Amino acid sequence: MKTFKMGGIHPKEYKFSAGIQIQTASIPQQAIIPLGHYLGGPSLPVVQKGDKVKVGQMIGQASGFVSANVHASVSGVVNRIDVHLDASGYKVPSVFIDVHGDEWLETIDKSAEIKRECTLSSAEIIKRISDYGIVGLGGATFPTHVKLLPPPGKKATILIVNGVECEPYLTCDHQLMIEKGEEILVGVTILMKAIDVKRAIVGIENNKKDAISLMQKLAKTFVGIEILPLQVQYPQGGEKQLIDAAIGRQVPTGTLPIEVGAVVQNVATLFAVYEAVQKNKPLFERIVTITGKSLKNHGNFLARLGTPLANIVEQAGGVPEDTGKIVAGGPMMGRALSSLEVTVAKGTSGVLLIPALEAARKNMQNCIRCTKCVVACPMGLEPFLLMSQSERSMWTEMENERVMDCIECGCCSFACPSNRPLLDHIRYGKSIVGKIIRTRQAKK
Amino acid sequence: MNTIIFSILTLLVISGISSVILFFISRKFQVFEDQNIQEIESVLPAANCGGCGYPSCHGFALACVNAENLENLVCTVGGQPTMKKVAHILGKDSNIIHPTVAVIRCGGNCYLRPLINQYDGVGSCVIAHNLYGGETGCAWGCLGLGDCEVSCKFDALHINPETRLPEIDEEKCTSCNACVIACPKLIIELRNKGLKSRRIFVNCVNKDKDEEIQSSCNVACIGCGKCMEECAFDAISMANNLAYIDSNKCTLCRKCVAVCPTHAILEINFPTKRVKE
Repeated sequence: MKTFKMGGIHPKEYKFSAGIQIQTASIPQQAIIPLGHYLGGPSLPVVQKGDKVKVGQMIGQASGFVSANVHASVSGVVNRIDVHLDASGYKVPSVFIDVHGDEWLETIDKSAEIKRECTLSSAEIIKRISDYGIVGLGGATFPTHVKLLPPPGKKATILIVNGVECEPYLTCDHQLMIEKGEEILVGVTILMKAIDVKRAIVGIENNKKDAISLMQKLAKTFVGIEILPLQVQYPQGGEKQLIDAAIGRQVPTGTLPIEVGAVVQNVATLFAVYEAVQKNKPLFERIVTITGKSLKNHGNFLARLGTPLANIVEQAGGVPEDTGKIVAGGPMMGRALSSLEVTVAKGTSGVLLIPALEAARKNMQNCIRCTKCVVACPMGLEPFLLMSQSERSMWTEMENERVMDCIECGCCSFACPSNRPLLDHIRYGKSIVGKIIRTRQAKK
Repeated sequence: MNTIIFSILTLLVISGISSVILFFISRKFQVFEDQNIQEIESVLPAANCGGCGYPSCHGFALACVNAENLENLVCTVGGQPTMKKVAHILGKDSNIIHPTVAVIRCGGNCYLRPLINQYDGVGSCVIAHNLYGGETGCAWGCLGLGDCEVSCKFDALHINPETRLPEIDEEKCTSCNACVIACPKLIIELRNKGLKSRRIFVNCVNKDKDEEIQSSCNVACIGCGKCMEECAFDAISMANNLAYIDSNKCTLCRKCVAVCPTHAILEINFPTKRVKE
């Protein structure tokens, strides 16, 4: 079975919420929809205090090419546009909407019927995706239309679909493939048409056997789609790792996947693409996994953007008493939350409630030069070296050691037997080196 | 015996020839360095702190020699006496230095600004700042992990373990700017030392709106503007819900301190007010 060649680890899976049907999370009294994005510029609000909005109406406009529109996820009246806490612990501009009823825009097709035929042209599809605010739902929330418009001179040859879900605990993509497999594959054909490729590979890790067999059965009715079972290995969901696993090609340092002719999209993104193109539905809801070892009702919830996480956790049985840390996203790459007032954003793939005993960091010891971090690093870096360079502010040396290649997957910290906080230091160094590179480019 | 004499003679001849060669080479490649540079370096504190803006004391001495006047050249560590000596060596007019000192613009200790979560990551402010907003509801305030303490070369800055806020030892602070650069929250500022080292400043950098601040911190500037109205000297300006006192205009009248509803304006080194009998 295929997997990526360099590095990687295999943490325990703990997929408690696997196979649990997607439930609809209740609509909150007030939705607080963040306008900022993890990557790219924040959206600019196009509604004002007191405006009436319907579900699906645009409330934030993209501020540039690498940015995305934001749509109302509830119907009601705009209470105010103000700052609100987001998963990073900082306050970002958000639109507060007081909910009245649940009135959708008339253009949205609410029927469950699956439409396979797509009559739109490639340019129309990409325009629809950009208008309807589709971003990568794997977690990085990179605007999808940017990936579909390659730089001049580059041509995509293959579409790779990420159904890997290598993070422990999370099951939102798994459950989506089981329940909405056909829609996802229609989404794949739509994107294949948009970027004009004849072949698509859907990579699914082998711990989701039900999803693999179902998707394989469905894929027979489509042309050019191949379902590829992959060996379970973290971080296979990383773009560059998945390309290596699926087609055996490595993306050169400092370039984008389009360099090897690949475009990678997450299954949840493809479902959103299907809904946008075939059902006229903008991206205003997503599936959020709520899980944790002591939680009573693990579950996958279809939640509207802007729903406070506390509401959904309440529906899953409330915060268990022994909880020590609440993480937005998976345990490897997620961010610890400072408050459950944080609302569902486009990149919120899950909420993980970790018991206090497991959440605490262990004491750091000296580096014994065992090179376990080097073996684990999927990008072929030397984390122990980068950490000490970061501690000593050796930014030039860090840049030469390719720190910008780091995907912040956390394999190094996971593998370290001395519990050294490798990623913390490397991430800081990466942010500084990134700033230095950007100022250098701005000067040119 | 002959061997000894022979070797002595050979060595003498070799040394003689090489001394002549070295003499000419040193003449040919001689670098003329201003004698003043060394002299200035000897008066400078030799801390190599970088507070003057030059990488070392030698760099500063070089800049002093090359400069036409000493207007923008200040050794913050040595202060006025050192700059007088430098001016004397160069025969230039010495400039007048307003001594400055670092101030911490955050008063949110653990009683006034309660913790809402716990950070157990690497004990460094820059790393915590890179990760998230901080342990309290205020994402602007001091993280208390002590990057400034590490950066201080003069032992002038220490984190008070009780309040978890840094405290500055005015006697030792040389206003070298190292802590200002080290703080990721931009809390530390160099301010004029003031008459009898009395200072008044806004002890907060929070730019949030009123309602949000009150739930997170009790001593934050809420941007009400009362101090600005009270000030007769136009020294206080408001921007982004935050007041700022211009130390060049401030006359230390202390009227703003009295009107601040959250006690966010701090007075330092003033005598305690006498209670009227």
